[in-house]
Amino acid sequence: MIRNNAVSLLARVAEALRSPMILAVVCSFGLLTPSVVSFAQETELALDPRIELAESGRIEAIRRAMPATVSIFVPGGGGGGSGVLISPEGYALTNFHVTSPAGSHMRCGLSDGRIYDAVIIGIDPVGDLALIRLLGRDDFPYAEMADSRAARPGQWCLVIGNPFLLATNLQPTVTWGILSGVGRYQYPAGTLLEYADCLQTDASINPGNSGGPLFDASGRLLGIVGRASFEKRGRVNVGVGYAISINQAKNFLGDLHSGRILDHATLGATVSTDTDAGGAQVSNILRSSDAYRRGIRYGHKILEIDGRSVNTANEVQNVLATLPAGWRVPVVYSAAGQRQSTLVRLANLHGYDELLEKMAAALPPPPPTPEQREKPPRPDGEPDAAPAEGENGPAPDLKKQIPGGLPPGHPPVGVPNQELPPEVAKWFEARRGFANYHPNRVKQQELLSVLRSQMKGMWEGEVAKTAQDPPTGDDSPDSARLAWRIEGLTDDADGREVRLWVEDDRYSITVGDLVIESTLRADLAAGVSAGNVSGVLAALDAWRSLLIRGVDGYGECFYRGRVPFLGQRPLRDCLIGVSSDFESSWLMQSDSGRLEAIEVMADRDEDPAELLITWADDVAGHPVGLELRYGTNSMLKLKVTSWVRDSGDLPNQPDAQGGEP
Amino acid sequence: MMIRACGLAVGWGFGVAWLTRVVLSLLLVSIPSLSRGDQPDSGGGSNYEQDLGALVRRAQASAVKIYGAGGGGLVAYQSGFLVSPLGHVATAWSHVLDVEPVVVLDDGRRFPSKIVGFEPRLDLAVLKIEAEELPYLELAPELPELADPILAISNLFGIASGDEPASVMKGAIAAITRLDARRGTFKTPYTGTVLILDLVANNPGAAGGAVIAADGRAVGMLGKELRDASAGVWLNYALPSQVLREAIANIVAGRAVVATDNSLPVLPRERSHNPTTLGLSLIPNVLEITPAFVDRVLPSTPAARADIRADDLILLVGNTRIDSQRTFIETLRRIDRRDPVVLTLQRGPRIVSARLEP
Repeated sequence: MIRNNAVSLLARVAEALRSPMILAVVCSFGLLTPSVVSFAQETELALDPRIELAESGRIEAIRRAMPATVSIFVPGGGGGGSGVLISPEGYALTNFHVTSPAGSHMRCGLSDGRIYDAVIIGIDPVGDLALIRLLGRDDFPYAEMADSRAARPGQWCLVIGNPFLLATNLQPTVTWGILSGVGRYQYPAGTLLEYADCLQTDASINPGNSGGPLFDASGRLLGIVGRASFEKRGRVNVGVGYAISINQAKNFLGDLHSGRILDHATLGATVSTDTDAGGAQVSNILRSSDAYRRGIRYGHKILEIDGRSVNTANEVQNVLATLPAGWRVPVVYSAAGQRQSTLVRLANLHGYDELLEKMAAALPPPPPTPEQREKPPRPDGEPDAAPAEGENGPAPDLKKQIPGGLPPGHPPVGVPNQELPPEVAKWFEARRGFANYHPNRVKQQELLSVLRSQMKGMWEGEVAKTAQDPPTGDDSPDSARLAWRIEGLTDDADGREVRLWVEDDRYSITVGDLVIESTLRADLAAGVSAGNVSGVLAALDAWRSLLIRGVDGYGECFYRGRVPFLGQRPLRDCLIGVSSDFESSWLMQSDSGRLEAIEVMADRDEDPAELLITWADDVAGHPVGLELRYGTNSMLKLKVTSWVRDSGDLPNQPDAQGGEP
Repeated sequence: MMIRACGLAVGWGFGVAWLTRVVLSLLLVSIPSLSRGDQPDSGGGSNYEQDLGALVRRAQASAVKIYGAGGGGLVAYQSGFLVSPLGHVATAWSHVLDVEPVVVLDDGRRFPSKIVGFEPRLDLAVLKIEAEELPYLELAPELPELADPILAISNLFGIASGDEPASVMKGAIAAITRLDARRGTFKTPYTGTVLILDLVANNPGAAGGAVIAADGRAVGMLGKELRDASAGVWLNYALPSQVLREAIANIVAGRAVVATDNSLPVLPRERSHNPTTLGLSLIPNVLEITPAFVDRVLPSTPAARADIRADDLILLVGNTRIDSQRTFIETLRRIDRRDPVVLTLQRGPRIVSARLEP
């Protein structure tokens, strides 16, 4: 109550700075403290310039931040929450627990007084994030993102949103406070909704603020508000609210654009804090984990993950929980006092089905149908420690209400729970494992066309007329006759000759005296498992096949999102293709589309073959360099001298010695 | 009309005064940086933010987390702050201190602590850890003024652990009043002047936290959670440093309540006091540390004449802290049974003194 007074006083003073007339009336009663405020004239309030500066700064920050703030309402009165626009195309971040009651479609209001339809894009149930897209404009106002790692306790901040769903007039509520803590950890509800490395603020956060923005003092986006500490005082602000850091959101944003249901990362090891000597010590490690393959063992100390130093088990979890499953990040550890740096592929926190089940169990009941409805709409539906029930008492125990699985009558995950308006329906496609498959399909085609444009002349149409076989006569290329012949020299002192032949069911690699030939793709898989040079063939074959057959003919393709390349940012677009023998990934620069690596995995518990690709500056024609790596070891480095599309016979190999493929 | 307009104007006056104080003393603690002609910037890296950040950092560095006894709906942690470079910690006198508490410093170091003194009437306890050259907060000798901006530093909800800094919240002094203004409303032994805060400060675990003024001095200590018995409203308040200062200084200087005083000789049983000579019996001593609750008072005894009652909890004998029945009995062994015994007792929410004349 007192706080509200203070805030409203501030708002009134702020307003007064622009309305001298009102103040003049007040002034004429002579009740303002003269020593504090004096008036140069009857009509002008002369504030200390420092106050004016600070206040005008705040007004400017609110002016900048307000238009990007979204008030979210679930159609049919099923609740709502807040969100924030992050791009002119209408992409907006919010909480998973805000979108989950809505399914795939929301109604969103902006402070300009207009209401937009929004469609779900991607969800991260573990991190309580969701990406939605507001439809109907390509010039939405959007928030500029700050670096939340630079945030410090004591800095001023703003929370703008839709507390208690007050913004039925579409004017969001502004609350103001300071950062009370950074790098906080809040335990998950189950294993979902884990808030790691989050920001703590004393700006008022109430039910309905969920999913909305936390801004810094200049109106840049610091985080996504999502939960608050509540205890015995009811589900209203008690001065402790938490926001998911925007840097965590940045880690997941590329993946959210894929439309997938995302998982978080685990190291495949547990650590405990060494209370005597200090440090985060490995107390358990899975032999199948990449961390183990990279040499991390029981008793080693983890020093850094993803460039952040970690000294306790808590800090390890605080970093790991902000990373998407499958990311490959630099890890520094110490083994017997020796400092070691390596790259570790992080595993999934959940099994595929496990995540979907947990997510379904965490969903609140479906919004009531109009005739069932007895209570007013609830602001959002987060279980446990987060805003949910507003002034209606404590949140229901969702786990009791919904004993596992989808609640009766609830639509399957990712399926619209209502008839979608036609304008929304065309942006939505249901598919298992996806919040919305539509953006994924679009991105697959986009990346494929970029990949194809980089290798013009190497894949398209029918086989060259020099082939003896007659043309097939339809549009599908006769890929069996489309071969890549690549020649080069090893990029080392020896400069050995390298020849590669890649064609369906005919694969060969010659490196100096070593020759490996095969007619079976399965042999290549064995070669990848064995970690030998035939991994080059597997990667090139996957690439060639994808270019020829496209994403629909390759097998099962999907856009995975954005991942680090060799553990480094900027993040690269990642397209995945699954065939009967391999799961292959294409890593491409997100701005230029330049293909930088192809990874071919034969078995999830083994190192994939990784083919690093270098191009001449203009990415024309074909790559100029190839490097095959397993784990962190380079197997073969090659300068390409010639790369041609061929349909002739496999050239004879001199004294071919069949190596083990 | 006139009255309404006046009411409005008072609101404005308070608002502007409040704002001015906040802005002048908290927002712009780095006035020199502005006068150097730096271009002001409301962004995260601006000077006044850095200076407020420095103020916050200094205050956090003196804050400690205290872990002790809990259970039965009571949290086993609270807050405190260093008041001397030698490891004296001011905190709230509470159930958490029923066992020897562990103190965790801002840098993550953990120390066992001793309760070197407490003042039941102020709900104050002072702990001591064995460390030196620690950052500490200076206690303001004067009361803050109405509308002064303040920061509260505490480990509310136990959010911080290890070397994580305590939570910092901003607010203002909303009122300076007496807690017993409405007798019986709040169940607390402390009835003196309190700072009412415009800040949701008094959450679980926040008791003992520091309230900091813009100059970095502590103007108060967050009190235990208090709820208006009739209205159900939770109070956000602090005990002023002005009130605590002398008691803390006395304890730190060793002039006040001390742990068991071993300097006096133990007298033969027939010459020393014991509960029977005082005319009272305690509740059954079944625990390792059974609190010294009075069970019965015999008529026409020193205890009866001093109006000791059943269920009184004995806190002090003279200046010696009584943490268990054993300490009580041991302390009485050092007092000649011809001498009077001065007891400090907790009776419900109140603290009472009694002089038992043999």
